[in-house]
Amino acid sequence: MFRIQPAMLKIAAAAWLLGATSAMADTTLEFTQWWEPELPAGSLRAIMNDFEAANPGIKVTLVSGPYATTRDQISVGAATGTLSDVVGLDGAWVNNLNAQNALADMNPMMDASRFDKTQVADIIKVDGKAVMFPVASFVYPVFVNLDLAAQAGVTKLPSTRAEFLEAAKKMTHADKNQYGWVLPLSLQTPSGVQNDMMSWVWASGQSMMAGGKPALEGKPVVDMLTFVKSLNDAGTISPGIATKTEQEKVEEFVNDRVGMMIDSLAHVNLIRKRNPKLNFDLIPVPVVEGYTGKRGLPYASWGIGISAGSKHQEEAWKLVQYLMSEKVNAKLVSLANAFPGNVKAKPDFVTADKAFGKAFEIFKTGYLANEFTGLPVAEDLMTQFDVQAQKMLTGEQSPEQAAANAQKGWMAKF
Amino acid sequence: MNRQKRSRHHRLKRAVAPYLYLSPSLVIIGLLMLLPMVTVIGYSFQNSAVLRRDPSFAGLKHYQAIFADPVFWASLWHTLYFTCMSVVFHMTIGMIFALMLNSDRINPTLRNILRVLYILPWLFTAVIIAVIWRLLLEPNGVVNSILMQLGLIGSKIEWFSSPETALHAVTFANIWAGYPLFMVSLLAGLQGIPKDFYEAADIDGAKAYQKLIFITIPQLMPIIISISLLDFIWTMQVFPLIWITTGGGPIYSTEVLSTYTYKLAFSSYNLSQAAASAVIILLISLGLTLFYIRYQKAR
Repeated sequence: MFRIQPAMLKIAAAAWLLGATSAMADTTLEFTQWWEPELPAGSLRAIMNDFEAANPGIKVTLVSGPYATTRDQISVGAATGTLSDVVGLDGAWVNNLNAQNALADMNPMMDASRFDKTQVADIIKVDGKAVMFPVASFVYPVFVNLDLAAQAGVTKLPSTRAEFLEAAKKMTHADKNQYGWVLPLSLQTPSGVQNDMMSWVWASGQSMMAGGKPALEGKPVVDMLTFVKSLNDAGTISPGIATKTEQEKVEEFVNDRVGMMIDSLAHVNLIRKRNPKLNFDLIPVPVVEGYTGKRGLPYASWGIGISAGSKHQEEAWKLVQYLMSEKVNAKLVSLANAFPGNVKAKPDFVTADKAFGKAFEIFKTGYLANEFTGLPVAEDLMTQFDVQAQKMLTGEQSPEQAAANAQKGWMAKF
Repeated sequence: MNRQKRSRHHRLKRAVAPYLYLSPSLVIIGLLMLLPMVTVIGYSFQNSAVLRRDPSFAGLKHYQAIFADPVFWASLWHTLYFTCMSVVFHMTIGMIFALMLNSDRINPTLRNILRVLYILPWLFTAVIIAVIWRLLLEPNGVVNSILMQLGLIGSKIEWFSSPETALHAVTFANIWAGYPLFMVSLLAGLQGIPKDFYEAADIDGAKAYQKLIFITIPQLMPIIISISLLDFIWTMQVFPLIWITTGGGPIYSTEVLSTYTYKLAFSSYNLSQAAASAVIILLISLGLTLFYIRYQKAR
């Protein structure tokens, strides 16, 4: 008959103790983001597994959800002090989160670990605190339908605003439902202000801010509004501007109804899937006459930050460093079809795909520009500007008045 | 003494029993309705509600800010227009279709086909309805194409994108989506009107419109009033249809109380002011609900 020997009990107790001790020694990091659903299934988990293997004693729990849900979850988490250790961030959120003291300053962590700051494409700072790194960037170049351009006799793709206006006029044939440009200004998602309007300002190395305050009445923004109005007055913008969404913008381009659009590089595969025959090219956003400097490239990003309330900031910083490191960053952005947060990382799709390769060249010769990143209630600012732009396009006010009214609204938020 | 005690105990048990039976419902109502309502009312009197762990008392500040905002008054007016027009047309169209489906003059097969067709809008969710109407009313959509071919319009109309037409367009889409409720309710009411009334009216030589005015409508009045009040309360709170079709724009031309509140909460992150706006909507709805309850009691 089988009998339990005292020695067996001792071995079992030792094994349990060992297991329990190692389990207690593990630090579990919670990482909230919206990236996992947007990446190939299991790929972000695989990166986390690699991180765990490289950092014994640290486990990562991914808390994933759609973008909007994640945004709400993070806002509430910041208020209630239950924010995850590591959080995926959009630049538009960081000001609010910083105002709630929810984000840790990564400057001391960078100094303590002698982190090479030159390797990252950007560090988002609020009140001097380094609160976010863009891990992956989705840049917004101009997509040009080459067949429509050729039919319209546009042989040289536009490089300046004047050339763009001319090309848009030539490509417009309203009787055939064909227009030169598309501008989505739906108030449901006012990101068109950032991607399709302010991108003209940033492309020419200009700014909508001055000394940390809005400068919408300045020449750069007024000129941009005047330019957009001239495109509208010339009838080159596809109708339905005030309710058009980004998705509809892409649909119109896919269906040969617009010649040019400013759009995220992330949509290249989608466009090809929707219309494999579409012959298009990518160009940088045209600049003001005579500008020869570096071009600002509008972008949206997957940012990353650390919770100020995290009890495991040291481990959290290890995860941030890991995701920002050259090889891992290249791997992540290759999966996301995005551009890297680490300037040394080179995603594999840029060599395998001509369009991405060209966009990567544009990316390398320019710089990332998105002044809404870090602004308070960025979406609200876009909505306010959107309303004024709509009033201008319906003829209710001039570009100068639109800029002045938007400035007034923005100042109230600052 | 013992008997007295037992009797008191029995009385207590009898008094408590109803509350025990009601307690599951009371707990559910308390948790799912009263608690959120009271919480939101509380937020409306706080500064930086939800966003701060230690919100301070704000008094009536957020209510004052809302009443001083011209966009709020515009959205209130748009809500009233949207709601009143929707209810009136839901009722009118619902009545016409119900009379048509109740008529013996229409072939039964055709009647059955119409019954299915007329009820279709009710089967779609608000999102589908919004997408359908966005596609139909877009500048290059079917509606413009037909109107241009008929020579009724000279150029394409931007139904949802023009400040002049947007509110009418979303109201139209909502009318299309909501009339089946009236139609079905009125049809049930029509089928319950005794035929003797019409036979007596025929003997008296009453004309069709006289029968409608003096028999049908009075007989249907309780249903008309009940459904109109409910429809008014529901329509006042419509959000997805307006949000998906216009987002409250262009400019503020289709801003209604629901989109106004949503923007305050999720665009401006001003959850305190959004709570104040939600409380205002609650008070308006409460007024209508009390009116409805009083009417039901009076019946």
